Amino acid sequence: MKPAPFAYHRPDSVDEALQVLAELGADGKVLAGGQSLVPLLNMRLAAPTALVDINRLDQLAYVRIEESGVRVGATARHADVERDEATYDALPLLRQALTHVAHPTIRNRGTTVGSLVHADPSGEMTAVLALLGGSVEIRTAAATRTVAAADFFLGPLESAVGAGELAASAHFPLPEGNAGTAWVEVARRHGDYAICGVGALVTLDDDLRVAAARAAYISVDATPVVRDLTDAVAGQPHDAADWAAAGALAAGELDPEADIHATAAYRRHLAAVLTARAQRAAATHAEQR
Amino acid sequence: MTAAEQRHEVRLTVNGVPRRAVVPARRLLSDFLRHDLRLTGTHVGCEHGVCGACTVLVDGRAMRSCLQFAVSVDGAEVTTVEGCLRPDGSLGPVQQAFQDCHGLQCGFCTPGFVTTITAYLDDRPDDHPDPNAEEAREAIAGNLCRCTGYQNIVAAVQRAAEIRRADRAEASQ
Repeated sequence: MKPAPFAYHRPDSVDEALQVLAELGADGKVLAGGQSLVPLLNMRLAAPTALVDINRLDQLAYVRIEESGVRVGATARHADVERDEATYDALPLLRQALTHVAHPTIRNRGTTVGSLVHADPSGEMTAVLALLGGSVEIRTAAATRTVAAADFFLGPLESAVGAGELAASAHFPLPEGNAGTAWVEVARRHGDYAICGVGALVTLDDDLRVAAARAAYISVDATPVVRDLTDAVAGQPHDAADWAAAGALAAGELDPEADIHATAAYRRHLAAVLTARAQRAAATHAEQR
Repeated sequence: MTAAEQRHEVRLTVNGVPRRAVVPARRLLSDFLRHDLRLTGTHVGCEHGVCGACTVLVDGRAMRSCLQFAVSVDGAEVTTVEGCLRPDGSLGPVQQAFQDCHGLQCGFCTPGFVTTITAYLDDRPDDHPDPNAEEAREAIAGNLCRCTGYQNIVAAVQRAAEIRRADRAEASQ
């Protein structure tokens, strides 16, 4: 239960970090908050040759509201994003989902961008990024590229960040129109990995009827899944839409696996029920905003 | 390992006292406190972030000391359970509350609870002057206790808040 030895690098600037990462190539692993990585190191499920500790990169410790959305830097802690009032006013879904990410003690150290790069199929923020159609800014010493959420999550614990690269920030776009959001999930224990989690984004028209309904799911596939459920509820009043139909539509399209915590059938059942619950809450949220 | 493992100097302010040691990069903060600084109040339970026994305050925020390397927090201010006393050495508000409410049995998990609750009450004092039972339960949700069934720990959170309110009222007079 102790990590294997590794070479330790602690750059003081982004440029220095990128240079070190370029030199190390496939031998280098970025250490941000470490709330997922250090358990893997402790249990020796991972034993990288070298760690590049980016915790001193204060210039990336920002949560910034831009015209088009909220940008979160690589060293911003979950707690920083969760507690930022301007961010909550602009994009409530971030706090709605973050309160389900582990426990406050973990969120005090863990970073939002780090959780995206970790790409855990049960990580809430992966689905938030996917639901909003966000992106991750990936840098090397030579270039910067922007990868859309749809292309960022490649598989369980596998993101598009390659050797020598640093995920510098994530961009969470603001939904257009009269939109409301919600996050609901079921876990065996408070703060534990969700058996199924659903983020909902519902847009209402001027008559408070449903114009669009989308949902994103965690723990039902290898990567976050986004489904457009508008067909089930389009044009229906926000307070009397057939959310159960939206849930049924979603559940029919999902193909979850069974594991020690839940059967596939139970996961699909949860997806249907939680979809309806999340969509209804998001519609109410849209009406109230 | 053929070559000797590289060692790093780590300086921390622990419970107000400057401390230093030279350790390998892989030394967890929990082990740094216990082995290198001989502060054994911080307990190590699961060593992968689940149980909360190793919780300490790093620059005022509650964190798992088993999920970070000492070298990574070089220069930080750390508060352990040993630092949750009153300045005169008597029990701090949270410790007193645990005694008052019988909030511990074997005591293994207690250091993590004391630090977590101290941070909860201190971090944003205006937010949590008087937590209800549900809020108290939420505050300790990241800490495991295998003895008490939590009821008395929830009571201790509320009792600690009560003691702090009394302290504040006294200080403002």
